Amino acid sequence: MERKGQTKQGQRKVRILVAKPGLDGHDRGARIIARAYRDAGFEVVYSGLHQTPEEIVQAAIQEDVDMIGLSSLAGAHMYLFPRVVELLKEKGADDIVVCGGGIFPQEDIPKLKKAGIKEIFTPGTPLKEVVGWVEEHVEPRQ
Amino acid sequence: MFKDKVIEKIALDAKKWQQVHQEAVAKTPERLRRFSTVSDYPIDELYTPLDIQEIDFTRDIGFPGEFPFTRGVQPTMYRVRLWTMRMFAGLGTAKDTNKRFHLLVNQGQTGLSTAFDMPTLMGYDTDSPKARGECGRCGVAIDTLSDMEVLFEGLPIDKITTSMTINPPAPVLWAMYIAMAEKRGISRQMIGGTIQNDMLKEFIAQKTFMLPPKPSMRLITDTIEFGTNEVPRWNTISISGYHIREAGSTAVQELAFTLADGIAYVEAALERGLEIDSFAPRLSFFFNSHLDFFEEIAKFRAARRMWARIMKERFKAKDPRSMWLRFHTQTAGCSLTAQQPYNNVVRTALEALAAVVGGTQSLHTNSLDEVLALPTEEAATIALRTQQIIAEESGVANTIDPLAGSYFVEHLTNDLEEEAFAYINKIDDMGGMVAAIERNYPQMEIADAAYKYQTQIDSKEKTVVGVNKYYTEEEFPVDILHIDPELERQQIERTNQVKECRNKGEVAAALDRLGEAAQGHENLMPFIIDAVNASATEQEICDVFRDIFGIYRDPGVY
Amino acid sequence: MRSNMSQITEKVTSGDIRTVAKLIRDIDDKVPEAREFLKDLYPFTGRAYVVGITGSPGVGKSTLVDQMVAHLRGNGKTVGVLAVDPTSPFSGGAILGDRVRMQRHSMDEGVFIRSMATRGYFGGLTQSTRSAIDVLDAMGKDYILVETVGVGQDEIDIVQSAHTTIIVLVPGMGDDIQALKAGILEAGDIFVVNKADREGTDRTVNDIRLMIEMDEKRYEAGWKPPILTAQAVFNKGIQEILEEIENHRAFLASSLERQSALRYEKAKNDLTEMVKDRIINEVLAEIVNSGEFEEALTSIMERRLDPYTACDMIISKRVKTGMK
Repeated sequence: MERKGQTKQGQRKVRILVAKPGLDGHDRGARIIARAYRDAGFEVVYSGLHQTPEEIVQAAIQEDVDMIGLSSLAGAHMYLFPRVVELLKEKGADDIVVCGGGIFPQEDIPKLKKAGIKEIFTPGTPLKEVVGWVEEHVEPRQ
Repeated sequence: MFKDKVIEKIALDAKKWQQVHQEAVAKTPERLRRFSTVSDYPIDELYTPLDIQEIDFTRDIGFPGEFPFTRGVQPTMYRVRLWTMRMFAGLGTAKDTNKRFHLLVNQGQTGLSTAFDMPTLMGYDTDSPKARGECGRCGVAIDTLSDMEVLFEGLPIDKITTSMTINPPAPVLWAMYIAMAEKRGISRQMIGGTIQNDMLKEFIAQKTFMLPPKPSMRLITDTIEFGTNEVPRWNTISISGYHIREAGSTAVQELAFTLADGIAYVEAALERGLEIDSFAPRLSFFFNSHLDFFEEIAKFRAARRMWARIMKERFKAKDPRSMWLRFHTQTAGCSLTAQQPYNNVVRTALEALAAVVGGTQSLHTNSLDEVLALPTEEAATIALRTQQIIAEESGVANTIDPLAGSYFVEHLTNDLEEEAFAYINKIDDMGGMVAAIERNYPQMEIADAAYKYQTQIDSKEKTVVGVNKYYTEEEFPVDILHIDPELERQQIERTNQVKECRNKGEVAAALDRLGEAAQGHENLMPFIIDAVNASATEQEICDVFRDIFGIYRDPGVY
Repeated sequence: MRSNMSQITEKVTSGDIRTVAKLIRDIDDKVPEAREFLKDLYPFTGRAYVVGITGSPGVGKSTLVDQMVAHLRGNGKTVGVLAVDPTSPFSGGAILGDRVRMQRHSMDEGVFIRSMATRGYFGGLTQSTRSAIDVLDAMGKDYILVETVGVGQDEIDIVQSAHTTIIVLVPGMGDDIQALKAGILEAGDIFVVNKADREGTDRTVNDIRLMIEMDEKRYEAGWKPPILTAQAVFNKGIQEILEEIENHRAFLASSLERQSALRYEKAKNDLTEMVKDRIINEVLAEIVNSGEFEEALTSIMERRLDPYTACDMIISKRVKTGMK
């Protein structure tokens, strides 16, 4: 009975912020992921390129998202990603899940996870898996 | 192409063969439901003279070095001189990259190619808050003329050409190169090389942007004009399709959008009052070499023929050199996988082979570890050896344009040309490439193609070995390159040192004069050269442009 | 519950971003408690000036809004922005991409930007958007800019929630203006032809002017919508737009009768939409849950019953109507 796109009472939609931190301009993946999330029924706010961690966190709070997906292909993730997690904590918004996608040396992945990034998606991960992870691990805020 | 009687007989025989083929397929079905290239271009089971019937040898194929240059821009091609082996390199600081340059030259590369880090690419100094965490990570950090001097120390830049992959701040880095050469006693008439300097493809695909489209075109036209008059051996622009393909476009889109960009640049230069034959010979191109072997070869041949026709018929060029599409090629980064990285050596080899059979003027081959990090010395050396083995052992460079006359390749070349011209006509109807970009037309086409390709991989309609087929849990550890985070602090210190020692009055005056000229119509290159000689930093110069022309922001097309 | 409510009210009225963001989410997701908070906040609304910006996709609404925010901030005003994008009817998801063009304001404490999806309403403006406007109003924003999806014909919704409605077009729309005449032109208080550096600007301006002049009701109302040109990307024409907004504002305020009529219209529309919304969500849900709906469908499929009779049967159990 429910028309697609209308929420029943008590049923929340997952909201995700897809963000490109830093100067990296490779956005092919981020845009494809945004489409995939939309096709899975999520509401996706796309931040655009060249965002500072501060701008990303501010947007995440204003948009009350459940998850931030950070995309990086130019190697600056070790500073940028943990900084986002840090700022979320400062602003009392660390219930927002943070994930990353893009190009990462293997040994950086455990370091990023330790810094608070819940999951890292490397090249070749099927869209189904990326979407499935959200469906399994991200609850719309109660 | 063939006499009527002959073609009639072939048509009959072909029909008979088709039946035989159908019957065989009815018994044992074909491997795939549908055969297509990586761009999803449909491929038939067989090509015959029937498929090239409308080709006229002289008009469409011809001879190398003769219009329409389908077979190559020079009459001798690799018989006299192999393509330039030019490995894209850049990491950490100028000193680190200089070391890598020397290694590659010692290992036999014949041209230099510079990769810059994100802050440098975007016109920021290492100490900018926007640059935090990015120093040296995807290329070399260059803030001042002093860095440029260290970068090329000990290298014979009067004998070897240098390519610099730099876009919005291209005039600044070029000015630094010119100033560095002159300080070494090498005149600007002597130096040879290329700056990428192609902003239209930035707006479409690579997205390192700084200024809005119109002022970007102004700066590019300034460099074309300056090069024509003062730096005659320099290619002031490398009109690029590589990045368009990396962003997910099809081969036809890569071809069409690149040439459409070229048309826009030619029109801008003509509007400036330059004579077509004075600058066109120095326009160069940069293409991707992707996985589908034959599609890429056909693409390169179609590109040459299309550009020759465009220059002759549309722009009325008289000098044959204006009609030459000279291009650099890079093998497709987006085709490499993080899984089973050693497979990438094979992918790169096949892609390099296609580029050579396609007649490229210079070539960069990717390293196997580039999906993970900047390349190690070992990986970069294997990539270089790949080119050397193709050149010396495979035999493909023994004759010019070996695949000409192939029913398949000639048919594919024709088709790609036809489809690409359809796109170009559409863009013309919109008012040209700048207008099309403002409408987000090429960006949307690319985003759609990228998404389609991804869904085809996810559904296994298209195979990626080691990823969606022949996958293994086994790990293949590869040594990767690490960039020391300390470098950032050191680089900032270096730049501060330069700022201390320079004449502050001179810098301020030079920047003022630049600002004034920017608001007028003078060619800005001489002013930029003055500023770099006074040791202004890259960002100081770019900030002048930002203040006057404004900053371009990502419109976020998805 | 009481103390929680006043806490929320206090946080919202003092401008706490997290609370406002969460409340808008709760409203959007139809969390029942949210309505209680809205009741509490209602006395604090009525201060903000609401401007609707609407038009077909690609006319440059987001860029225009971005520039308007910059100018308003330059004048010391605080701004709330609601950017509404369509929900995909197939997946129920949405890409909310308007924020990209306004991101330079994200660090400005005086600006609150929120993206919302239509979630299935075709008028371009959702019930939750109306409530979100109330929340931003209570938050203390001087201006609230509401950017809605350009589905062409149906921008009428925005009129009912905005004080001033701006219709944005681009040159060369030609035949589209003829098509637009139903509804949109009555809705517009200000017309802006954006990307005015393109060919066809004068013609488009004239076409709109003709449409307006043919509509005599305009003169009776006393406000003749100005037709402006702009190049939002180059920050041209923005000042003029803001001036006309102020002119319109003064016009609305100039007559008590007019003000009262407007408030009446708004209240009527708000109440009607809210009641409709409740009916669809609650009454319909009840009908479905009771099993009567399924039963009726079975009967229709077996051709024992026609849909009209089925409908009458279901409704007459719940509502006293004049229909037999």
